[in-house]
Amino acid sequence: MAIAEVCDLVKTYRMGEVEVHALRGVSLAFEQGDYAAIMGPSGSGKSTFLNLIGCLDTPTAGSYYLGGQDVARLSDAELSAVRCRRLGFIFQSYNLIQQLSVVENIEVPLYYQGWSERRSFERAVELAELVGLGDRLFHRPAELSGGQQQRVAIARSMVNDPLIILADEPTGNLDSATGTEILALLDQLNGEGKTIVMVSHDLNVAQRAGRIVRFVDGQVVDDRRWDMQ
Amino acid sequence: MGMGHPVMGAPSEPAGLKSQIANRKSEIGNPFSWGLAMLGFRIRRTIRSGLKSLWVHKLRSALTVLGIIFGVCSVIAMLAIGEGASQEAQEQIRQLGSENIIINSVKPPEERSAAVQQTFTLAYGLTYLDAERIKTTVPNVQVIVPSREIRRSLCFFDRRVDGSIIGTVPWYPEVANRTLGRGRFLTTVDLRRQATVCVLNEPVATALFPFTDPIGQTVRAGTDCFQVVGILRARAAGAAKGDGARQQSAGYDVYIPMTTARARYGDLTVKRSSGSFEATRIQLNSIIIKVPSLDEVVPTSRAVERVLAYGHEKRDYEVIVPLKLLESARATKRIYNIVLGSIAAISLLVGGIGIMNIMLATVTERTREIGIRRALGARRRDIVTQFLSETTLLSASGGVLGVALGIIIPYAVTRLAGMTTIVTISSSVLAFSISVAIGLVFGIYPAYRAAMMDPIEALRHE
Repeated sequence: MAIAEVCDLVKTYRMGEVEVHALRGVSLAFEQGDYAAIMGPSGSGKSTFLNLIGCLDTPTAGSYYLGGQDVARLSDAELSAVRCRRLGFIFQSYNLIQQLSVVENIEVPLYYQGWSERRSFERAVELAELVGLGDRLFHRPAELSGGQQQRVAIARSMVNDPLIILADEPTGNLDSATGTEILALLDQLNGEGKTIVMVSHDLNVAQRAGRIVRFVDGQVVDDRRWDMQ
Repeated sequence: MGMGHPVMGAPSEPAGLKSQIANRKSEIGNPFSWGLAMLGFRIRRTIRSGLKSLWVHKLRSALTVLGIIFGVCSVIAMLAIGEGASQEAQEQIRQLGSENIIINSVKPPEERSAAVQQTFTLAYGLTYLDAERIKTTVPNVQVIVPSREIRRSLCFFDRRVDGSIIGTVPWYPEVANRTLGRGRFLTTVDLRRQATVCVLNEPVATALFPFTDPIGQTVRAGTDCFQVVGILRARAAGAAKGDGARQQSAGYDVYIPMTTARARYGDLTVKRSSGSFEATRIQLNSIIIKVPSLDEVVPTSRAVERVLAYGHEKRDYEVIVPLKLLESARATKRIYNIVLGSIAAISLLVGGIGIMNIMLATVTERTREIGIRRALGARRRDIVTQFLSETTLLSASGGVLGVALGIIIPYAVTRLAGMTTIVTISSSVLAFSISVAIGLVFGIYPAYRAAMMDPIEALRHE
């Protein structure tokens, strides 16, 4: 069974008098272990799509099943809970909380799940070590390089053991060498069975994924997967 | 908030949160203590993360707290000073004796500025007859203390002070709430014999006899000499208010028997000044009446008024009822407290608006952080809790410091200005709880603004 499945997803914004059709009926399914890159020109609806499957927004029409649960019509608080337990986010601009240390940043999703301090600290340290930041545990984001900050964000996205990790241009703010390192890390996670959905407009980046979905004008025009090896 | 999120299955555990809760419950024991532990843990974490956020903007937080500090400490200090002043006033009045009625001779108003009567002898005031009439006609009069005051300079060898000789009766100390420091007071025998003995008020004793023991020494008052037999303890400062016109003499009083005063000085006082002289004839300067119980003070004072009105053509006396003064002092205190309280409350309000202003700025500034937290699973309620806890921390720490300062300031005022101040526990508790309440009230709107942000918009915010 698909881990996440959307069917006829429609999202319409109202900008004053004008209706903007961001998504016009998107149907997609992601399997456990998928590594999908979403591509498309700006305005094609890929960000809207990411927001919807990230449970940051609700669709105007259509269904969305995440882990077998219908999440298309949940309340704000319920959506928060879904994000908290089942989703991991990686952003282009890292989006770390500046006044918190590396460990504390990684702990944030656990904080909202109500984990005990000791348990969440241990878990966060474990993940910091996994992404190679075992020696930077108590540094602030401002004291880290861009690549290191993105590593913290990746650790944070995995700390709650999510169903899907959503990455929005994860290498957009990085130089190519660091970007490659980050992509290698994502590859490694995917190799361990994590499902990753990534938005990118860099074909070189997208080609690391085993599947490329192309969006144009709010519709899927191409969905292809291949074997990397 | 202790329950965490609505039940959603965690990916690694098919049974989801329910089983997680069940596991934890079994770890700790009964569900109630689990809930409590959870709540305590949440509170501790919220406070810690609140402190961390406030610490990022140390100066800003400190300035915000300052507003609350001043508000709280002004509430406490003002109430302490007001309370002290009113206690002092009440104490002074109480010292006059709440069961007493004091009648003083006063110059009748119509003759006060009469330049015509330069050579006339001005006769006014209370008379021996008044005292006698009150004693015999007014019921409920327990004791009556007449007294006569003559201004003279008091000497002991080359030391001299300008003071008053007061002719009075042996039971004066008891009625006027005075205590004997040393020796004895006047006796009925002194009264009968017109003895030339005197009792010094403490200020006189210290002024005339700084090094020697005054008892047994002789004090010269004008042309007369009196042997010192005792010393009366001084009253608290300013307590002589209403007790004759004597307060300007800084308590330089010498008490002699009534009869002696009358025999030696008579009723006529002559005051000479350049170009005119003034002679006044006063028999008694004041009469203190003691009634047996508080309930009878007011009716008796009315009776006394009537008796006096019968014997006097002019209004050349005043009747002072300390009990009434006490009551009006209490009423004044109430108004005083309300005024001071509202001034202080306004300053607290200003502090609260300061907090709100800063928090609104903070919310705007931290829009991105709010977006991140929302994306990572914070509910609106969590965001509200976060911002409310920050404002409450600000205002509560301001409250604590303000209470501390509010206790120190009245202490300093007492030490430096000599004013009585009383810090009541209730005012500290009140001021502190108001400060916390202000944090909550003025924090709600910014917190609500933060929580209602659209996470997508917030994440995009630069």
